[in-house]
Amino acid sequence: MDDRPLRLIAANPLDQLARTLEALLVVASAPLDVDELAEAADDHPERVEAALRLVADRYREGRSGVVLEHVAGGWAFRASREAAAACSRLFEKPAQRNLSQASLETLAIVAYLGPCTRPDIARIRGVAADSAVANLVERGLIAEAGRDDHAGGAIRYRTTPLFERIFGLESLSELPRLDDLGADTEQIRERLHEVADLRSA
Amino acid sequence: MIVRELDLDLDAFEGPFDLLLTLVLKDELELREIDVAGIVMAFLERLAERDELDLEACGEFLVLIAALLELKARGLFPEEAAELAELEPEAAAEELARRLAEYRRMKEAAAWLRDRLDTEGDRFFRIGPAPLAPKVETPLAPQEPERLAAVLRMLAVPPPQVSLSHMALRFPPVSQFLERFRAVLRRRSRFDFDAEVAGLSRVEQAVAFLALLDMRRSGEITIEQAAPFAPIRVARENGEENPARDERTVSWTTVRSA
Repeated sequence: MDDRPLRLIAANPLDQLARTLEALLVVASAPLDVDELAEAADDHPERVEAALRLVADRYREGRSGVVLEHVAGGWAFRASREAAAACSRLFEKPAQRNLSQASLETLAIVAYLGPCTRPDIARIRGVAADSAVANLVERGLIAEAGRDDHAGGAIRYRTTPLFERIFGLESLSELPRLDDLGADTEQIRERLHEVADLRSA
Repeated sequence: MIVRELDLDLDAFEGPFDLLLTLVLKDELELREIDVAGIVMAFLERLAERDELDLEACGEFLVLIAALLELKARGLFPEEAAELAELEPEAAAEELARRLAEYRRMKEAAAWLRDRLDTEGDRFFRIGPAPLAPKVETPLAPQEPERLAAVLRMLAVPPPQVSLSHMALRFPPVSQFLERFRAVLRRRSRFDFDAEVAGLSRVEQAVAFLALLDMRRSGEITIEQAAPFAPIRVARENGEENPARDERTVSWTTVRSA
């Protein structure tokens, strides 16, 4: 006699795992990466990834009010964009409300050059960075990341997963390449050299 | 009051304030030699001589003295000025351009973030501390068996005996005296308690007496004492010439109250 288990319903073999992942993700308040999910679900990372694709298809924009997304190096549920207006009537967004120009510039410097110190930021922006840094730390967009090795040992900062999540980045590598920014810097350089020539003449 | 005509009498300079400024600006007077506080004192003295506050003079003086202080401060920290002065115009322009470019890129990155915030503004998600279960950590790194054994041997050594000699009261076990008295009674039918415990400490004598009472209670012995503080005589219960029971009781009470 055939001793294989009798299968009455031809279900996707990953369904059970997919349900477990759904449960883990609905409890989580921060993105979970594949390894964390695999460990919690007690399954193989490859199977978890396949099951995640299943769940992501189930929870996508236009199909569900809850959307599964790959963000900040992990997977997380968020509200669908069509529910944003309703959400905004009930929920505040303290981390990104009223970000000043100084804060955004500081945030950009930390995102690109981090971990970096306040003197690093001040050198680029030309003004003290203390209050902008304190403000970003309070918002949870940047966090301390050890100390500088050089004398003085200034505190270094890096961006947080919350930063990537708010800005909808899978990782920092999604930021535009630094070389592609500042297109008019060549122009500035030429003008400055013209001035220098005049002075040395 | 005209500030420029303020007469100064400093260590390094004597004359009107105006002349001092001129000499400083012409680099004919070393500013680091000038005691700026002295100038301020002179001005304040002059100010105090007058009844009413000359605001105009004060304002002018503040501007001049501030400029002087700035010049002096720059003079005292010449390194930075020298560093920038050493740069050729070409190099200075290049350095400036580099710094500007760096800042310009960050400014654009900030603009990109601003745009991103606008397009991603309709993202709502749960924020909060992740309620993650603590990770199970391996308590110990792999160890060498020999080292483990050595450490265990170290632990297996009995700890040093703690001395209790400073504690005055030491009670030997009652059983020790029970055995001793029984042994004595096996050899002879009676003995003198005082003689038996002579030379023992006060506490030991007390315990010995407890043993005696114990034996008396279990009916092993009889105890006699002729008078308070008289020697206590102990006899085997089944020994010869048992004294009357009443008498024993009396002597027992006596001993106790003694």
